[in-house]
Amino acid sequence: MSQTSTLGRWLSPQWFGVAPFFLFAFLFLILPALAIVIGAFRGADGGFTFDNIVGLNTPTIRNAYWVSIRVSFWSALLGCTIGFAMAAAATMGAMPRFIRSPLLTFSGVASNFAGLPLAFAFIATIGPAGLITVWLRTEFGINLRGATGFNLFSTTGLIVTYLFFQVPLMILIITPALDGLRREWREAAEILGATGAQYWRMVAFPILLPSLMGTFALLFANAFGAVATAFALAGPQLNIAPILLFSQIRGDVLGSPGLGYALAFGMIVITGLANALYLWLRARTERWQK
Amino acid sequence: MKRFAAWTAFLLGSLIFILPLFGMTEFSLSMRRGEYSFDAYASVLADPQFRETFTYSVVMALFTIVFGILLVVPTAYWVRLKMPGLRPVVEFITLMPLVIPAIVIVFGYIRLYNTSSWLPLTGSAMGTNILLMFGYTALALPYMYRAVDTGLRSIDIATLTEAAQSLGAGWTTIFARVILPNVFVAVLSGAFLTFAIVIGEFTLAALLNRPAFGPYLQLVGANKAYEPSALAVISFAITWLCMGLIQIVARLAPKPPAQPH
Repeated sequence: MSQTSTLGRWLSPQWFGVAPFFLFAFLFLILPALAIVIGAFRGADGGFTFDNIVGLNTPTIRNAYWVSIRVSFWSALLGCTIGFAMAAAATMGAMPRFIRSPLLTFSGVASNFAGLPLAFAFIATIGPAGLITVWLRTEFGINLRGATGFNLFSTTGLIVTYLFFQVPLMILIITPALDGLRREWREAAEILGATGAQYWRMVAFPILLPSLMGTFALLFANAFGAVATAFALAGPQLNIAPILLFSQIRGDVLGSPGLGYALAFGMIVITGLANALYLWLRARTERWQK
Repeated sequence: MKRFAAWTAFLLGSLIFILPLFGMTEFSLSMRRGEYSFDAYASVLADPQFRETFTYSVVMALFTIVFGILLVVPTAYWVRLKMPGLRPVVEFITLMPLVIPAIVIVFGYIRLYNTSSWLPLTGSAMGTNILLMFGYTALALPYMYRAVDTGLRSIDIATLTEAAQSLGAGWTTIFARVILPNVFVAVLSGAFLTFAIVIGEFTLAALLNRPAFGPYLQLVGANKAYEPSALAVISFAITWLCMGLIQIVARLAPKPPAQPH
């Protein structure tokens, strides 16, 4: 292909149709992300450096990432398990069919009910003066915090609260995969003498595994970037990566702008890896759903 | 046995939703000692800051929706019609906001568009509003694009476009009077979802220092006892309303009737 025809192709009027979109995407998605990546590798003197990335290795920042990863991991794992159980119960024929549609509608709502109001709802329920906390204390004399060590304003509380949007997200994503399990597979397994447990362990579960792992990765990324709920529950002192970054943007608490970019860069890497895993596994899953 | 296990799993799982929703409702009604009352709601509604920030966020949501429609519908249409090879690229870009956390995106904005940069958007209130609107558009992009693209899939845009062109229509006419009405339902569901996202958004508004509903919620949450629950109930109702409207709109999706003109 000659030089002019390539140029001509690039200058063809067709591109005007998508130019506004690409301009927007470049200015308000790609360039901001690039600015963070570049900032993470640029020293105070403007030259290239790994100092910022190496500088992440302090107890505070390491701990922030680690707590974030733990919260995201557990909320994703519990979200997957509970969501799967509920979706399986509602779709596999053990419950009346009329439950399915309201469940999916409700999941659509609940997966979008995040942020500050979600934190308020949990504070009103299992916070220090919440409905259940008070009820347990007055009716049974149980001190929730004293008896179980549960504290809503801790990482455990965060995990429980995140379940409110993680479980419905799981239900929304896994229901189509469960629908994709063909009746014939089950019948074939039964004819060959498989028990229910064997069918699940040797047929359904291996087929669903990429879906399950993919959704897990998505839920992980979903929890990892969440700021508002954690901020409302525990305030700026909770040491998780997004909140540390929030404080850094507000007032340079790390004492070095470059370190802030490196912190943000690390978050992109982690959510990016989780999403790449999700996309890769989803591509594998689709082979079974045709 | 199987039935019992299914019901048990389902009911135990639903406690995660039922208890907090019940808790926040009960709490929002118990501001007055010993009896249920709407005092917390009255207190919220009487707060001028509530009205100001809520109005601000509603206006921001409307602008974001209009801008999002103008950005996404022509692009999705054009890509389907003329440049199908570009689809994976465009789809990848629209998924970026799900990969990059909102807080990182806004961090990039602050670095790029601060007062000493080449495009000092954060220098004025109006500039920051516009930047915030772009940010919201970016956050809503995955949902908006997918909704519109699904809508376009169900109509034969090539034939519609040729028919309009042979009748002498220009691109603006084709877009406004042929394509947009045909994907109106899809656009509406994208719009409601955008509304639900923008109305309570906290991170962008807080870091760009705009008086939106999200930062106001944070302020109330930190300082009041019963009002946050009332606000949570109101927010949940708004989310329900948006999602409910999506369902209704989708159900009413007109199989375009032969309109006499």
